[in-house]
Amino acid sequence: MANTFELIASSTVGVLGASSIDFTSIPSTYTDLCIKASLRTAQFGTAEASQSLLIQFNGTTTNYSYRLLQGYNNTAASYNGTTRFFGDATNSDATASTFGNLEIYIPNYAGSTNKSYSADSVTENNGTKAAADLDAGLWSNSAAITSISISAASNLVQYSTAYLYGVKNA
Amino acid sequence: MPNPTRIEINCETGVESIIELTDAEVAEMAAQAAIAEAKQAEEDAAAEARATAKAALLDRLGITADEAALLLA
Repeated sequence: MANTFELIASSTVGVLGASSIDFTSIPSTYTDLCIKASLRTAQFGTAEASQSLLIQFNGTTTNYSYRLLQGYNNTAASYNGTTRFFGDATNSDATASTFGNLEIYIPNYAGSTNKSYSADSVTENNGTKAAADLDAGLWSNSAAITSISISAASNLVQYSTAYLYGVKNA
Repeated sequence: MPNPTRIEINCETGVESIIELTDAEVAEMAAQAAIAEAKQAEEDAAAEARATAKAALLDRLGITADEAALLLA
């Protein structure tokens, strides 16, 4: 059981915003990886207060799939698909200065089998619209993960942050 | 107008760079936006259908949502 967390890198988005936060040259010396993030997107003028996030490993956009359990507003639902969607962030229709919370766990990221990952995320909003997601994802690729990109279909706004941790079992 | 930028953090060196997206990356971002919009519409439609079905069932039974919850407690 992995039981030690070590911060590998972190980033905070500046005033201009950013389309993505990319961690590159990830060392292969850990057992698992974990990302904790606080994110808000620039999407505005929608009926929602949240926006789907996208994950990308090693710069590759293919062979992803997911299953999602979602609580949205006052209903629960499940979805699946073959895209890189993996959770929700608060968007700019939500209360000012609120951010969504997100954690992604990637076990055995440096191994030679397909890569599974799990993610849980919640959005924050002083209103009736909010989302809570539990995702199980699969990247059907046996390559060791050396880079991870987190993005949305619009910019991440200032003060969005992401922390990448390496996890070891000793 | 310059393209949007992305943040790249090299985990070996710790160096953080701000890199302008290529035109191809901007096009990919637009494509993902369209897919995300379709996904959101699907989720909204599904949620609305469930809410409508639930309201219709409660109406047929002649009970409120609170009373239905009480039955299942």
